[in-house]
Amino acid sequence: MGHITLKSVRKTFGEADVIPAIDLTIQDGEFAVFVGPSGCGKSTLLRLIAGLEDVTAGDIQIDGVNATDLPAAKRGLAMVFQSYALYPHMSVRKNIAFPLKMAGMSAAEQEAKVQAAAKVLNLTAYLDRKPGQLSGGQRQRVAIGRAIVREPKAFLFDEPLSNLDAALRVAMRQEIIELHQHLKTTMIYVTHDQVEAMTMADKIFVLNAGRIEQAGSPLELYNHPANIFVAGFIGSPKMNLITGAEAEKLGATTIGVRPEHLDIVEAGGWSGVVGLAEHLGSDTYLKITTDQVGTITLRAGGEVHLRHGDAVRLAPRAGKVHRFGADGKAMA
Amino acid sequence: MATQHSRMAARLMVAPSVGLLFVWMIVPLVTTIYFSFLIYNQLYPDRQGWAGFDNYYYFLTDRSFMEAIWNSIVLVGGVLIVTVIGGILLALLLNMPFWGQGIVRIMVIAPFFVMPTVSALVWKNMFMNPVNGMFAHIAKGLGLEPFDFLGHAPMASIIGIVSWEWLPFATLILLTALQSLDSEQQEAAEMDGAGRLSRFIYLTLPHLTRAITVVILIQTIFLLSIYAEIAVTTNGGPGTATTTITYQVALQSLYDNDVGGASAGGIVAVILANIVAVFVMRMIGKNLDA
Amino acid sequence: MARKPTTAAKTTVTLLAWGIGLLIFFPILWTVLMSFHSEGDAIKSPWDMLTSVWSFESYAEVQTRSNYALHFFNSVVISVGSTLLALAIAIPAAWAMAFVPGRRTKDLLMWMLSTKMMPAVGVLIPMYLGFKNMGLLDSRLGLVAVMTLINLPIVVWMLYTYFKEIPGEILEAARMDGASLRSEIIYVLTPMALPGIASTLLLNVILAWNEAFWTLQLTTHDAAPLTQFIASYSSPEGLFYAKLSAASTMAIAPILILGWFSQKQLVRGLTFGAVK
Repeated sequence: MGHITLKSVRKTFGEADVIPAIDLTIQDGEFAVFVGPSGCGKSTLLRLIAGLEDVTAGDIQIDGVNATDLPAAKRGLAMVFQSYALYPHMSVRKNIAFPLKMAGMSAAEQEAKVQAAAKVLNLTAYLDRKPGQLSGGQRQRVAIGRAIVREPKAFLFDEPLSNLDAALRVAMRQEIIELHQHLKTTMIYVTHDQVEAMTMADKIFVLNAGRIEQAGSPLELYNHPANIFVAGFIGSPKMNLITGAEAEKLGATTIGVRPEHLDIVEAGGWSGVVGLAEHLGSDTYLKITTDQVGTITLRAGGEVHLRHGDAVRLAPRAGKVHRFGADGKAMA
Repeated sequence: MATQHSRMAARLMVAPSVGLLFVWMIVPLVTTIYFSFLIYNQLYPDRQGWAGFDNYYYFLTDRSFMEAIWNSIVLVGGVLIVTVIGGILLALLLNMPFWGQGIVRIMVIAPFFVMPTVSALVWKNMFMNPVNGMFAHIAKGLGLEPFDFLGHAPMASIIGIVSWEWLPFATLILLTALQSLDSEQQEAAEMDGAGRLSRFIYLTLPHLTRAITVVILIQTIFLLSIYAEIAVTTNGGPGTATTTITYQVALQSLYDNDVGGASAGGIVAVILANIVAVFVMRMIGKNLDA
Repeated sequence: MARKPTTAAKTTVTLLAWGIGLLIFFPILWTVLMSFHSEGDAIKSPWDMLTSVWSFESYAEVQTRSNYALHFFNSVVISVGSTLLALAIAIPAAWAMAFVPGRRTKDLLMWMLSTKMMPAVGVLIPMYLGFKNMGLLDSRLGLVAVMTLINLPIVVWMLYTYFKEIPGEILEAARMDGASLRSEIIYVLTPMALPGIASTLLLNVILAWNEAFWTLQLTTHDAAPLTQFIASYSSPEGLFYAKLSAASTMAIAPILILGWFSQKQLVRGLTFGAVK
């Protein structure tokens, strides 16, 4: 079980209103991701759910029970920290067994559970090492091991991959996804990286300045961003946001076109000159200075041989133009 | 990480320390203030009653009061000057590569661990004694008249003894600070054509500022309450040449049994120390914020 | 400096450093040397003393004249006892200040330290009379209490600086793992801060061992630590240099050895972590 509901949860630090008021529901077994720029309140939100911070107002319910006033230790949640927060003076075995020891479990039971977790996480050979003797990825797995032995109602991840190098990050991302498929336990995952959010989540909550800008599945957010913020935040490279005459033609204040939804055309469309061409092999990103809509990014195939200074014409694909009103919200 | 629970726990956990220190500070202080307004001399138990501000009047107008303040300043200031300058020079020397660094370090730090009564006794008898002391033997060996250090230069002698006790502390801390000096910065300055002296003045000294403040602050805390060294060597004399405020108050209560007068003196000492404390605490606060 | 110094330069520095080191250490060395000679030889000129017969008679005399074992025991009880007590009181306080800092935490720390600056003489009389009334004069218990309070601010400060270096996330992890506050401090914080706690312990044992105001004022014999034992050798009765040397050696040797072993940890402790 792991059904988590927040009802008008508010958090202030002194004068600062970090989270004005948030309502959200995370279904049992869901992989939920809080994503947003740094300082958007996503980590604070996670810590409120964890019980590491008090809510200023509002209620937090876990499995239908009001947990607002429960201390962290009693909420039955497990957390994986950005720094892993392993106990440096304990062996891997003792680290993983610590929550079991706190729960008063017998030594034999502890050992059995540790062994089982170690097997799942490929840590069996390292049980007697100290965290200091492990690599970043192994430390990460110990932190996860410590979380899973508790059989928590939900896992909380606070930017767990940000200290790993790029290759390892992709691998660990995969492992966490598989872990979720295997355990089917609710997971709440905080990240500033929209790629992690898109690849891992069942449901993404995009946060900005303590507010939920939009919540939904990755593709919902990609295809139907509710506002300019979400449109600019989800997707890589970023959506081109265009204001002015071209937007007004479509009756909007701002229009947005994703780089992958721009095509190079023979005639018509917008005219421009290639500024920068980034050849990635699979794709080519072109920064094009247009006469009509300023500098925009276009994603073309890998075999495009345009270079700096070449003149091109380009046009947005039909039906792929997002329109936003003066209030920044998407127009129907 | 602050929840109601942890804040509550924190308050409970700080309480014993704060409570004990508060009682430790306030109870004797209030009692001392009370005594300071009494006529209370253990030698004359029949003479009792309120003294009003008489105790303060006598203590403050006593010619020896200003002398004692001056002596305190000279003692603390003298030791600070000797130990800071000596400490910098010694730290610079010990920071250079040489054979047997470990052993020299151990020898230099040793005086810090010697209890004040022992160092005072050793210096007084084995070294400064005008008849049998080491210095007297050396003077005689050179055909000179032995010098009565504690008789003729009592304050300088005590400054010497106390400086010997505290020089290791200053040296050790300054040496530690020196070792964290950025060697690339030094090399860059050398490339820029800075000589040894200008490198010391413009790079090393500013780097040491923090360590020097710390040395001054911590030594001041301990130096203000110097007692044993004076009691063992000169007893505040000859005359009142080495009577500091601290020592004067002790004398008044322990030897004159004038509880009222000594209490007034104690309160004066507390007020003076607080003036220094406010100043010192500000500096420590700034230093730790940085 | 990556460059290798010339041998000549290194030799000069070596000579200078050893010279100054020996000079600073000399009073201690001389005291130890003198303690192994007879009273008659001790007042001879330095050279004559060194070449005279070595003997243990001063140590034997100190033994018969005073009860070294008692004073040593008192010193150990007072310095270690007061430090342990102070640690027990200070660890929770330092935890609170380091991990749940409030707006006034800094002020509180400053205030604690400022109690150290209060001149002891200012409160000697009420302390003395209070001790007398409670029958604590010349008792180990009374002295342990006083030394605990004297060192408490320093212990809190030192622990605070050590605790501050422990990432708060680790303690939060323990909380998420279901640890109570007590378990968090016992199983996670204390073992992690062990090096810091050890150096706090060492420094405060040294400070308490050498404290020479309250120990001299509040004890006479039964609870008298080594500071008082030494003071009894300060009044000259005939020749006393060798006996004084022997007594001094016995008083400072334990702490000198302890200090030498812990000098690295001491620096950080002494500066409240301000110099690293």
